[in-house]
Amino acid sequence: MKNGEFPGMHPASAMDYLPVAQLREVQFARLKETVRRAYENVALFRKRMDERRLKPSDLRRIEDVVKLPFMVKTDLRDNYPFGLFACPMREIVRFHASSGTTGKPIVVGYTQEDLDDWSRAMMRSFAACGVHRGDIVQNAYGYGLFTGGLGAHYGAEALGAAVIPVSVGNTDRQIMIMKDFGATVICCTPSYFLHLVDRAAELGVDLRKLPLRIGVFGAEPWTEDMRQRIEAAGGIRAFDIYGLSEIAGPGVAMECTHQAGPHIFEDLFYPEIIDPETLELLPDGTEGELVLTALCKRAMPMIRYRTRDITALEPARCACGRTLRRIRRIGRRSDDMLIVRGVNLFPSQIEAALLKVEGTLPHYQIVVDRMKGLDTLEVQVEVTAEVLSDTVGGLEQLRAQLGRAIESVTGLHPSLRLVAPRTLQRSEGKARRVIDKRVL
Amino acid sequence: MRWKQLSVFLENKPGALSEPCRLLAGAQINIRTFSLADTREFGILRMVVDDPDKARRLLRRHGFAVRVNDVLVIEVPDRPGELAAILDGLDGSGINVKYGYGFTVDGQGKGVLVFAFDDPDKALSILKKKRVAAGLKGGR
Repeated sequence: MKNGEFPGMHPASAMDYLPVAQLREVQFARLKETVRRAYENVALFRKRMDERRLKPSDLRRIEDVVKLPFMVKTDLRDNYPFGLFACPMREIVRFHASSGTTGKPIVVGYTQEDLDDWSRAMMRSFAACGVHRGDIVQNAYGYGLFTGGLGAHYGAEALGAAVIPVSVGNTDRQIMIMKDFGATVICCTPSYFLHLVDRAAELGVDLRKLPLRIGVFGAEPWTEDMRQRIEAAGGIRAFDIYGLSEIAGPGVAMECTHQAGPHIFEDLFYPEIIDPETLELLPDGTEGELVLTALCKRAMPMIRYRTRDITALEPARCACGRTLRRIRRIGRRSDDMLIVRGVNLFPSQIEAALLKVEGTLPHYQIVVDRMKGLDTLEVQVEVTAEVLSDTVGGLEQLRAQLGRAIESVTGLHPSLRLVAPRTLQRSEGKARRVIDKRVL
Repeated sequence: MRWKQLSVFLENKPGALSEPCRLLAGAQINIRTFSLADTREFGILRMVVDDPDKARRLLRRHGFAVRVNDVLVIEVPDRPGELAAILDGLDGSGINVKYGYGFTVDGQGKGVLVFAFDDPDKALSILKKKRVAAGLKGGR
C-alpha cells in the first residue's frame, strides 16, 4: 500500500450497499418524480403517454416502468437541439454532445443538480475500483463535447484525487507526464491504452515499472483478451466503466475490484433488458438490449432509453456485497452488426481472429463496400515490427493466415490488406473500426 | 562478413520510399546498398547501412515497422564465375538462399554481394572453410 494508507469504504459508496427492498423504494420515488416532470414539460413524452392513455399517477410500483414508452436515439436527433429539455435555459449549466446516427450530433443538457449526481456516480465508480485520495489520475479521455473528459474529471476531483487533465492525444507527452508525475490511475479508451503501451516500448519506457496501478477503461467495447493483455503489458489492473451521454456520461456502471462486470448505479439509473425484436422485458441472466431510465435527470429526462447495447443483468450477487446489479461485458450492440453477403458480422469476431494469429491485437479497420452488386469485405491490418518479415513470402504468409483466421470465425472470405503502422484513422482515441461505404 | 540488414515495411505508393531515406540522411547514416521487394500493395525496403542499430532506433521512433536480420556481405573480384563459386561452395549443404542482391564499383574491379541465408552461421563457416571468397577474410 502506497503511503501506508488503508482506505475504507468511501462515504459516497454507501448507496452501493442499500438493501434491495429499500433500493426499489428509492427507485420508485425517483421514477415517479421524473415521469411527472417529463409529462409536464416534454411534448414528445406527453404525446406518447397520452397515446397509451397513461398518466404519471398510473405508476404504482417500480415494475410498472414497463408500461412507459421507449425513447430511442432518433428521438434526440428529431428534437435537435433542445426539444427534449424539461427545464428553462436559465437552469441549464452544461451541454454535451455525441455523434448521432446521421448528420447532426445529439445534444444533452444538465442542470447543476444533474452534474452533481453525475459527479457522485463517477466518484463512486472510482471508489469501487480502489481509487482514493492521494491517487494521481491521468485523465486521457477527451475534454470537450464528449462526456468522457469532464465526467471523469469532476468525479475524480470530488473523490479528492489529484487530476491531470491531459485529455486525449499527444502520446509522447502522455508518457512523459505519466512518468514524471507518477500517475497511479489512467482513464482512457482501452485501444488508446494499448497504443500508449506500444509507444512507450518504442521510447524505451516500461509502464510496468511506473507507479501506475489502475486503468479505468471505457467508451468502446473491449474483450477479456484485451484486459489480460493490458494488465500484463501495463502492470496494472484494468476496469470496465460503462456510460453513455444520453443518460449522463461515463459512470452509469462500473466494475468493482472483483472485475466481474460493471455494477449499475441503480439508485440513479434503472436498468431493464428487453428483446430488441419483440420489446418484451427479459428476466435477469438473459441476454438482450439494455434499456436505461435516468431516475434523477432534471434537464433532460431519459425514460426507457434503448441503448442498443447487448448484455445481460447478472442474476447473482457480486462477492463485493453491493446490491447493485451488474451487466455482462458488452461485446456488441444491436446496431453494430454488419450484414455482409448475407452473413452477420461483428467487429469483435474479426478482432478475435487477428488476436489469435498475431498474439497481440494490431490496429485494424474493416471496410465494407459494394461492387457490381456484390458486397466486398476488406480488412486492413497495420504491420508491426513483431510480425514483419524480411521476405515477401513471409508477409504473404501472414496475410494468408490472417485471412484464413477471419474466414474460420466469420464464414466470410475477406480481402486482407497489410498497411504501414499508424496509417489507420483514430479519432478521439477511439479506434474507428468499421467503414461501411455501401449505399443500401 | 556478417552484417545486420534492416527491413522496413512500406506501402506501395508514391513517396513511401523517400521518407525513411530522408530520415537516415538527416541522421548522417549511410546506406551502403539496398534492394526493394515489392508486391502490388506493399514493399519491403532492405538496407545495409553503416550504423544499423542507430538506424533501427531512428526508424522505429518515427513509427516504421522495422525488422533486423543477419546477412552475409561478401566482397568478390568483379569477374565471371565468382557468384557461381560461392553457390558451388554451398552445394549439398542444404542451405537455402532466401534472396540476395549485389553491386560492382566501376574501375575498382570488385563486387559486393549481400546474401540472406536461412542459416547464416552455417553458410559463413562453410564458405570460410572452402575459402571461396576472398572478401570473407575480413569476416568476424
